[in-house]
Amino acid sequence: MFPTPLAKTSRQWQISYQVLLPIMLIVWLLPLIAVANFSIKPEADFVNGNYWGIPSSFSAFENYGKVFFESNMPRYLWNSLFITIPTVIGAVALSCMAGFALGVYKFKGNLLIFFIFIAGNFVPFQILMVPVRDLTVNLNLYDTKTGLVLFHIAFQTGFCTLFMRNFIRALPFPLIEAARVEGIAEWKIFLYVVLPLMKPALAALAVLIFTFIWNDYFWAVVLTQGPDAQPVTAGITEFNSQFRAAYHLMSAGSIVAALPPVAMFFLMQKHFIAGLTLGAVK
Amino acid sequence: MATAAPNRGWYKRNEIAITPWLFLLPAMIFFAVYVIIPIGQSFWISLHEWDGLGDKTWVGTANYERLLGWGDANIDRKFETSFWNNIKWLVLYLLAIPAGLFIALFLNQTVTGIRFYKSMFFFPFVISQVVVGLVFSWFYLPREGLLNAVLGFFGAGPVNILGDPTLATYGIIAAGLWPQTAYCMILYLTGLNAVDPEQVEAARLDGAKGHKMLWYVILPQLKPATFIAFVVTIIGALRSFDLISVMTNGGPFGSTRVLSFYMFEESLSEFGFRMGFGAAIAVVLFFIMLGFIAYFLYSMYRDEKGAH
Repeated sequence: MFPTPLAKTSRQWQISYQVLLPIMLIVWLLPLIAVANFSIKPEADFVNGNYWGIPSSFSAFENYGKVFFESNMPRYLWNSLFITIPTVIGAVALSCMAGFALGVYKFKGNLLIFFIFIAGNFVPFQILMVPVRDLTVNLNLYDTKTGLVLFHIAFQTGFCTLFMRNFIRALPFPLIEAARVEGIAEWKIFLYVVLPLMKPALAALAVLIFTFIWNDYFWAVVLTQGPDAQPVTAGITEFNSQFRAAYHLMSAGSIVAALPPVAMFFLMQKHFIAGLTLGAVK
Repeated sequence: MATAAPNRGWYKRNEIAITPWLFLLPAMIFFAVYVIIPIGQSFWISLHEWDGLGDKTWVGTANYERLLGWGDANIDRKFETSFWNNIKWLVLYLLAIPAGLFIALFLNQTVTGIRFYKSMFFFPFVISQVVVGLVFSWFYLPREGLLNAVLGFFGAGPVNILGDPTLATYGIIAAGLWPQTAYCMILYLTGLNAVDPEQVEAARLDGAKGHKMLWYVILPQLKPATFIAFVVTIIGALRSFDLISVMTNGGPFGSTRVLSFYMFEESLSEFGFRMGFGAAIAVVLFFIMLGFIAYFLYSMYRDEKGAH
C-alpha cells in the first residue's frame, strides 16, 4: 500500500494525521458550509451584518418553507424529475442493446461504429446547439420536456454505449456460446443470459445519468423557457430574481436544487463510484 | 403460409449477421439525428447569415473572416478574449489532476471513518455546476462573503474577485477546480487501490521511498487513471459554460467570456439571433477540441488493438 500505512508510521504523524483530517475537510467544504449557514439564518442577520457568524435564531423551517410554498420551486423540481427519469430509462435501454451488439458480435464496421459513439460523446455541445434547437422547434417540441428528453437520450447514448460495450466484453463469452449451441434465439440470449449479468452496470449507469441530466443547465436554457418545462437548474435563476439579494432564501433554494443527486450519491455510492471510475484500473 | 416459411428460414440462417444491426438500430438512429447530422449542419449554417426563422443567406466564409480577421478585417475582439480565456481554462484546469492525486494520497489510509471522509471530499462533484457557481459567487461577495472574512482575519483583502476584470476568470476557474479535483481524486483513489502491493514491497526493500517511490513505482501503475483524469479535465475545461453564465454572465466588461459562452450569446442574442455567426464560433471550438479528440481516440484504439 502507498503511502505507508498509518500504523507503521511514527506516533507523531499518526496524531497529526488525525488532527489534519477534519481540518482539511472543513477547509475543503468551506464555501458549502457558508451557504448552509446562510440558509438557516433569519433575514435580520443580513440587515445587522451578521453574515458568517452563528445564526441569531434558527430559521430553517421558515426559509425552506418559503422555497416550497411561495415560489415556483416545486414545479421546477417536478419538471426535473420528469426530464431525468425518462432519460435514464431511454438511454440505458438503447445503450444496453447497442452495447450487446457491439460487445458480442464480430462484424464489419463494429469498431468504427463503436468509435463514432465515443467520438460523439466528446464533441462540444455548441456545435450541436443551433441544429438541435432548430430540429426541436420544427418538431413542435420547443419548451417541452419531451424535446429535452429526446435530445438527452440521444446524447447520453454515446457514453452509455461505451460503458455497456466494455462491460459486456468482460463477461464470460463461453456462456453465450453454450446458449447458442442449445439453439436459443439471439434475442433470448440477450434477454435471459446477458441482461441478468448486467445488473451492476445498469445500476451504475442509472445513477450516473440521473446526476448528469439533473445537473444539466446548457440544454435546459437552449431548449426550454418557462416554468412549464424548465428543470430546476434553469429555474433557480428565476427563483433568484424573485428573491433578489435575499441570501437566506437563495441559499435555501440552491440547496434544495442540489439535493436530489447528492442523496442519490450517498444512497448508491458503490455503484456511482464503480461507474465513474470504469477504466481507471486495467 | 407459403411465404412465411422461407422468410423464417432466411432469418434463421442469417440470424447472427442480422441481430447486431437490429440491436444497434434504435441507438444509431437517435445518435445520428441528434449528434452526427447536426455537426454537419453546423458547418453548413456557419456559411450563412441566419436569424433562426427566415431563409438563410449564403455568405461564404464571411463569418470566419469577421471572426479570425482574415483579409482586411481586424480579428474580432470578443473572439480574441474568449480564445485566450479558453487557453487559461485548459492550462489551469489541469491543476485538478495533481491536486486530486495529492488528496487521494492523503486519504489513502485505513483509519476509522476514512470512508466518510472520502465521500465528503468527493461529493462536490455531484452538485450541479449552477449551484457550485452560486455557492462560489456568494463565497466571493465583497461584504457578505466568507472569503473576505477569512482574508480579513489574516489582515488581507478585501477583494472583489468577480468584479475585477483581471481576476474574474481565475475566480471562476477556481470554482470549477473544486468539483473537478474531487473527480480526479476518486479516479486516483480507485487506481491506488489496485496498485500491486508486491511491487511496492519490493521497491521498499530496494530502499525506494517518498517521492522516488511515487514517481518510479506508483505513478506508472496509475497511468490508466491519469489518462481518464486528463480526458475528463480537458473536456470539462472546454465545456465551461454553466459557471460563467451563473457567476458573471461573461462580465465584467466581457472579460470572462469563453468560446462556448460567446457562441451562445451570439446565437441567442437579445438583439436578434445570429445563428450563422454563432455556428462559425462553434466550428472553431470544434476544431480546437478535434485535436484532443483525435488523441483520445488514438489512445483508446491502441488499447483496443493491444487487447486482442
